[in-house]
Parts: sequence; structure tokens; C-alpha cells
Amino acid sequence: MTRISLTVDGARVSDDVEPRMLLVQYLRERLGKTGTVIGCDTSNCGACTVHLNGTSVKSCNVLAVQADGGEVTTIEGLAQDGQLHPVQEAFRECHGLQCGFCTPGMIMQSVDLLNSNPNPSEEEIRLGLEGNLCRCTGYHNIVRAVQHAAGQGAGATS
Amino acid sequence: MTATQERPADAVEREIGRDRRRKEDQRLITGRTRWTDNLQLPGMLHLAMVRSPFAHATITSIDTSAAQDAPNVVTVLTGKDFGEELGVCINAWPITPDQVTPVHSPLPADRVSFAGEIVAVVVARSAAEARDAAELVDVEYDELPAALDLKDAAADTVLAHPDLGTNKSALWVFDSGEAGTGGNVEDAISKARDDGIVIEREYRQQRLIPAFMEPRSVVVDPTSEQLTMWSATQIPHILRFALAATTGVPESKIRVIAPDVGGGFGGKLQVTPEEWIAWAVARRIHKPVKYTETRSESLLSAHHGRDQWQKLTLAAEKDGTVTGFKVELLADLGAYVAIVGGGVPVLGAFMFNAIYKFPAYHFACQTVLTNKTWTDAYRGAGRPEATFGIERMMDELAAEVGVDPLAIREKNWIKHDEFPFTTVCGLEYDSGNYEAATARAKEMFGYDELRAEQMARRASGDKVQLGIGISTFTEMCGLAPSRVLGTLDYGAGGWEYASVRMLATGKVEVTTGASAHGQGHETAFSQIVADRLGVAFEDVEILHGDTQVAHRGLDTYGSRSLVVGGEALVRAADKVIEKAKPVAAHLLEASVDDLEFSGGRFTVRGTDQGMGIGEVATAVFAAHDYPEGVEPQLDSDATYDPVNFSFPHGTHLCAMEVDTETGALTMRKYVCVDDIGNIINPLIVSGQVHGGLVQGIAQALWEEAVYDDSGTLVSGSFVDYLLPTAADTISFDIDHTTSPSTTNSLGTKGVGEAGTIASTPAVVNAVVDAVRHLGVNDIQMPCTPERVWRAINGPGAGGSTTADAMPHFDGEGEQA
Repeated sequence: MTRISLTVDGARVSDDVEPRMLLVQYLRERLGKTGTVIGCDTSNCGACTVHLNGTSVKSCNVLAVQADGGEVTTIEGLAQDGQLHPVQEAFRECHGLQCGFCTPGMIMQSVDLLNSNPNPSEEEIRLGLEGNLCRCTGYHNIVRAVQHAAGQGAGATS
Repeated sequence: MTATQERPADAVEREIGRDRRRKEDQRLITGRTRWTDNLQLPGMLHLAMVRSPFAHATITSIDTSAAQDAPNVVTVLTGKDFGEELGVCINAWPITPDQVTPVHSPLPADRVSFAGEIVAVVVARSAAEARDAAELVDVEYDELPAALDLKDAAADTVLAHPDLGTNKSALWVFDSGEAGTGGNVEDAISKARDDGIVIEREYRQQRLIPAFMEPRSVVVDPTSEQLTMWSATQIPHILRFALAATTGVPESKIRVIAPDVGGGFGGKLQVTPEEWIAWAVARRIHKPVKYTETRSESLLSAHHGRDQWQKLTLAAEKDGTVTGFKVELLADLGAYVAIVGGGVPVLGAFMFNAIYKFPAYHFACQTVLTNKTWTDAYRGAGRPEATFGIERMMDELAAEVGVDPLAIREKNWIKHDEFPFTTVCGLEYDSGNYEAATARAKEMFGYDELRAEQMARRASGDKVQLGIGISTFTEMCGLAPSRVLGTLDYGAGGWEYASVRMLATGKVEVTTGASAHGQGHETAFSQIVADRLGVAFEDVEILHGDTQVAHRGLDTYGSRSLVVGGEALVRAADKVIEKAKPVAAHLLEASVDDLEFSGGRFTVRGTDQGMGIGEVATAVFAAHDYPEGVEPQLDSDATYDPVNFSFPHGTHLCAMEVDTETGALTMRKYVCVDDIGNIINPLIVSGQVHGGLVQGIAQALWEEAVYDDSGTLVSGSFVDYLLPTAADTISFDIDHTTSPSTTNSLGTKGVGEAGTIASTPAVVNAVVDAVRHLGVNDIQMPCTPERVWRAINGPGAGGSTTADAMPHFDGEGEQA
């Protein structure tokens, strides 16, 4: 067991974890942050995407011990003071989700994408979301949602 | 919140047709979700499955001792440890009386029939410890020859289940001559051989994997009088019935909950070994248990879809007028006959004739057992296969006649003034307008301009050629009239249930037997009820997916939730109004005959007196003053059995660019105009269409479940099974024409599967169209660049994937 301390969605947490424990397992099983989900075992689907120190990571591809001392934001910590993040709002507005299982990862990746490129072209959006799989939407309305959020200045405000 | 605000009369009917944002989304975009795997119960234990690596083998011994001794392992159980309480996985649709159906134990004790079948279950305090211990279970197998290739299996060269003596499960036949719904197809073909056109083709429907994003998960809690199962399922009601029917627990002691379910696409229309094992283990050890599959387990053992060979013979006159269609299918069931099983290809039997006026038709489907993962419903279930077959053949006929493929379709399709139309299969298409949908699609697509560009590229010998693909599809959805299902020997009916509860505060609680897993029922059903009762959209709450909340239901599949479940809602709501009427009349001191109901209010004709339906609900709650002989409540329910299927249709046009030097494909444009009748929520419909399109396009271009020659699934992870990403796909141009269904009150037709059904042939027709002038008339799916290149540069349809996948796994292949 290894002791780790980190900040998750603004709260300081500290736990003994097995060295092999994945960050996503730590979030779900130890912290109850079940908004972040596991969709595959090969880091293809991106459903588990969170932000680690301000950058998107697939939390199935990061060991919990690697997050020691870091700051993690999950889908549950994205809205501030009851106000949805503009990207969350855009996904609802543009019907960018159906079953919603990929959505936490898709939103976290979209926020990261807009942080690095506030005005992406459609192609840049599609390439930027290539690591996140969705089976419901055909991506059409996800792309619209990211465009909508960009138009609202989501990248600039994050 | 205040009590219900009745809407002003001028706002009547304003909800239906409105692009309401979804009620579901707030929790889904903030991570406040209840996926089955999120559940934690006190004392809960975790399961891990030990699965066979062999496609077909005798189990000679299982040594569980090392696993039993592993840290925090509670027990390890095998098939031998259970008796009849384990139950069996059922087939609900024996398609013929003499169907050969192997017994499907969730945990076989003696023999495994596909790679991935469960042979032991480990129970431990954590999922990680269970998985660690599963590695320590030592299973000895005697490998048996495996039936893998579908055509070989159909010839009984190797038996998938030696005790059955054959791999042939059932032969299902429809013949229009025998049924009296049309002529004799052999006569039509023989006449066409003399003085007409006969097109003969064989097409492959490759094996696909539904690949819902949420892996399957099941939790069983045995710690109360009722046993509760939470499952990531599309079918909580059917699941409850099957548990009761096969495991000896009375139905009244079983509660099944489908909480948030992350997609299904038919893949969660199943009763699974994993559910049955979790059920048996929880009952055995009296503790809550959870099993959540890994993605690799999901791809390996959750049911697959499609997997057919289609031998097609189309007869026509020289001018292209169709005279007969003969369909001979081989369908791979996999190792067991799944819950719908052979019923999936049979659902296609009525759709190969599609929108065309075939005078003679013959359909025969042989279902075949193999030592591969079982197959069952995948989005469209039978209709995509049928639509692919007929729409590919219509293009071939057009090429033979030498006319535009749209012209050959128009020559043969049912004209808008011929509805209702009884088809050669005996189905009555109630409404449709193929001319209107096609005209709109051509306009949006720029059909004539793209044809001109195609000609110019051919003339100039451009290395990138342009192809235009067409699919003018129809489908049957809204499964299904119960009497029809009865004549087909399906094991249940096709009705749906709804109830409307008028709460004392004026809020409205609605239960539905449909079970959403991404469709947006909470939103669309709220719109329907809000309009019907004249209450606010926000005041309607849709409850579903729990057999104690919505105790009756037949769940969600086959594009049935709106056309069947929606009609049940309408009828339940109408009963509420009827029950409220005498109470309102009493309170308004008027005659029932003088009351009118509109916009949520009862008014007395010719006066300004009136009261809202919410006020009536409050009045019967207090029950201080209501008429004699009337019970003091308004709650109502309804069970609706559809009188017919509904028949959405549409015209899909696809432009593909094909690099003739490399085989690389680029989708340039995709237009579809779907006629799905009246639309409740256009935003939700657009999502269904987009997502459906990509699944159908993915069959055409990318996806295939591939087995090697020892029966190992080599596309067993998302690294190998090619689900499309945002970067692989384009934005779509969609629109609608409207021919309301005449068989339900709302005039709706269903949209859940349309995109998937229509798009596959549109894409393949486009690819073939781009290179037809190079001598190509078929490319096998998925149309990979390699296959396209091979088709251009040699005979055949580009070869199969299985052989190509092999070199990667042997020593010589690594040199390449």
C-alpha cells in the first residue's frame, strides 16, 4: 500500500492504495465518484476522461499513485456554484448525448480541447475527440455541441 | 413548486412537435448517474468469471483449490455445484415446431461450446481479488473439433453439439404462391431466363458486435422477502418473467430494476448467463453480489449480430419491371439459440420485397449452430439484412438494364396513391410517399450535379472516382400485433402498458412498460401526456425500468416504444379524462353532456364556468364531495395491442470518393429524408437518425467480428473491433416528409432503427458505383481499402477478413 494525497473536485483526500490501482478505480471505488465511468480495458473509449492538473487524461491509463499531489477534476466537479459549465450546457442544448455513458468523458475532453483551441474547425473538433467513443449520437450533435460551446466562449472562460 | 398550472387553451397541442431539451440530460451531464456498476450494497461481494479459451472442448477437471485459498475469496463455484436452481437461458421464439435447440446452461459442467463460455465463478470481497483468483482456477479441457465456418457448419462437416446430430437448427420458409399472397417465384424466374433478366448474387452479412458503451453489469440483492436484480438490460420485464420461469422463484418474489442503462442496440435484449449466475450465487450465499464485465468479456460473450450468407435471385422483364424475388439465407446462430435467435432473420422475411411491387416472392432461412458466440438482435434485427439485399439487387438490376438506379426503383415502387397496399408478404402498408421523400432527397443532395461530376471524373480517368449510392428503404416497426406474433410462435405478445397517476398536488406520474436506455422517453413521453391532459411538460414525471413501479411491460426494442408504448399512454390519459368528467360535472353542478375538455380544463358549454383537471385530482384526493357511485380517484392504466406494424420509409443518398490507386474511401456527402410519420420531438429524432446512420455506415466500412480458424475472436477489444470515431465520420444532412401512420392516434411510425437499416446499402452501393466501370459489381463488407483495391485489381468481392487476420498471429506473419 502507498499513501497518496490529492485534491479531487476541490476536496482534499488521502488514502492508502495498492500501487496497481488505477486512478479511475480510485475515483469510483474509494471516493464514490461514480460520475466517471469505465467503458473499456484498452484505453480506447475515453469514457473515464478526467482532468489531472488541468489537462485531460484517461483515468484508466493513470495509476492512482501517479496522481499523488495532483489536482483532479471530474465531471462531478465541472459545474461551479450550481452553474453548469458552458460545455455541459452545450451538450444539453445540442442534444449531444443519448444514453449518456460516454458523456462525462466526452465533456471533459471537449473542455480540454476548447482550452487549447478556443475556436476549432469541425475537423479540429473531430480530431480532438478521436480518443472518445460514442455509440449513440453518430458524433454529429457532439460536434455541434462543441461548436456551440466555442461560440459561447467556453474555451476562453475555462 | 406550485400545483399544476393548466395551460391556456390556445396552447393546446403545443408540446408535440417541439424540440424540447431532454429531461434526462441534467443528471447525465453532471455525473449524477445510477449505472448498475455504481451500486454498492452493505456486504456486497464481487464475481469474476472463468471463461473457456477453447471454442469446443470437454471439461475434464476443474481445480479450484488455489483460487479458494486466495486472499478474500469467499467461494469458487462450477456447474457441478448447482442443480436446477441455476435455471437455463431461454429461446423465446422457436421459429419452427421442430427447431433443434441445444440446452443452454449458464454454467455448463461438462462441455464448452464457444470461446468465452463461463466454466467457473469466483466470489470475493473485491472485484480485483475475484479477478486475481479467477486466474488461479485450473481447468483441464479435451479440445473437440469446432464448427466455425457458416457454410461448412450448414453441411454438418463438424458438429457444434455432437449430441444433436446436426448443426441445422430450423428451416423457415415463406412462399407467396403457397400463401396465396402472390405468384410462384420459380415460374417468374424461369420466364425471365427465357425472355427477361435474372440477377443472381450472393452477399455476406458479416458478424457484428452491438458494442453498447456501458458494459453489462448485474447486481443481485437477496436480503429481503423479495429478491432484487439490477441489470444493465433493455428488458427488465422479460428478464423477471424468465427468472421466474426457469429458476423456481415465484414471479411475485422477484423485482428487476434497469436503472440508468448505457445503450443497448439490441445487445441488451437478452437473458444472459452472467445474470443467471449472479442470481444463483446470491441465492446460494445470501449476500448481495455484483458482476460487471470487462469490455473484452463483453465483445467475447455478449451476443453478436447479423452473420448471414444471402443467396438472392431477382427476376425482371427486359425493361426492368420486377417479376419475382427468391431469397435463400444461411444464418449463424452461434453456439446457442438466443432469446430471439432465429427470429432475427425471420423478421427480415417480410422486408426483402421492401417498397416494390413484386408479384412473386420466396424466402427460406436455414439457421445454423456453430461454436462461436451466440447471435441475436442488433439494431434493425433482420430488416438491415433484408434492406441490404434488395437495395443492392436493385442497383444491379439498374446496371443490367442500363438506367439510373433511382429510375429502376421508381418504376417498381408502390405509388403514393396506391396506399394502403397489401404486399406480396401479406403485410398492409398503411401510408407512405416514396416519390416525395425521393424528390426532397435529390434536391438536398444535388443529385444531378453529382451525377455530372461522376461522369466527368470517369471521362477524365481521375484516379479518385465518385460513386453515388441509393437506398430507398422501408421497415416494419412497432413490434408487434400479439396475434401476428402468436401465428409466428413467438413466446410473448407485443402489447405495451402505461398508467397515469394524478397526484393530489396536481403533478402527474406516468409509468410505462417501455424501458429506455438512451432514447429520451422521459422527455418525449412527457410531451405526449402534457398535450393529452393539458398539463405542463414539467409537471409530468415518467417512471420506468422497475418492475415494482411499472409492473407490466414488454420493454424496449424494435422501434416499439413510441408507436406501441406511446399509444398506451394516450389511452391511459384519455381514461383519466373520462374518469374526471363526472366528478367535474358534479363539482360544476352541470350535466356531463354539457362538459367540454380542452387545454387541461373542463368547461360548461355556453358558460364561463370551468375547472382544471389538476383541481379535479385535488378534489378526489380530499374526497369530501364527489358523485355517488364513482370511486374517488382518477388514476388509469391501459394496455395497447397494436393492430398493425408501422412502416417508416425514406430515401438515403450517399456520395463516396474512391481512390482507385489505394482503395481509400472518403465519404463526401450523406443525405437522408425519412418519413417516420408525425414527430413528437424533432431534436430526439435527429439524434436517433444520426446515430443509426453511423452504425449502418460502420457495417459497410469498418466493423467485423473476426474469428481465427481455431475459433478465437481476434477482434476481441476496441483496439481490434473498429468502432468509428468522430474523426472517421461526417456531418449529415437530414430531413423528413410526413405520411402519418393511420393505425395509431398520434400518427407516429418509429425511428430507432431507420438510420441503421437504410445506410448500409446506400454506402456499399456508392462504393460499387464508383468503380463499376472498372468491372466491379460487388465488394464484401466491411469495404476496407484493401478489399476495394483487390476488387479493382482482381476478380471477386475483395476476399474475406478471416484469412487476412491470420498472419498477424503466426510467426511468419510477423515478418510482414
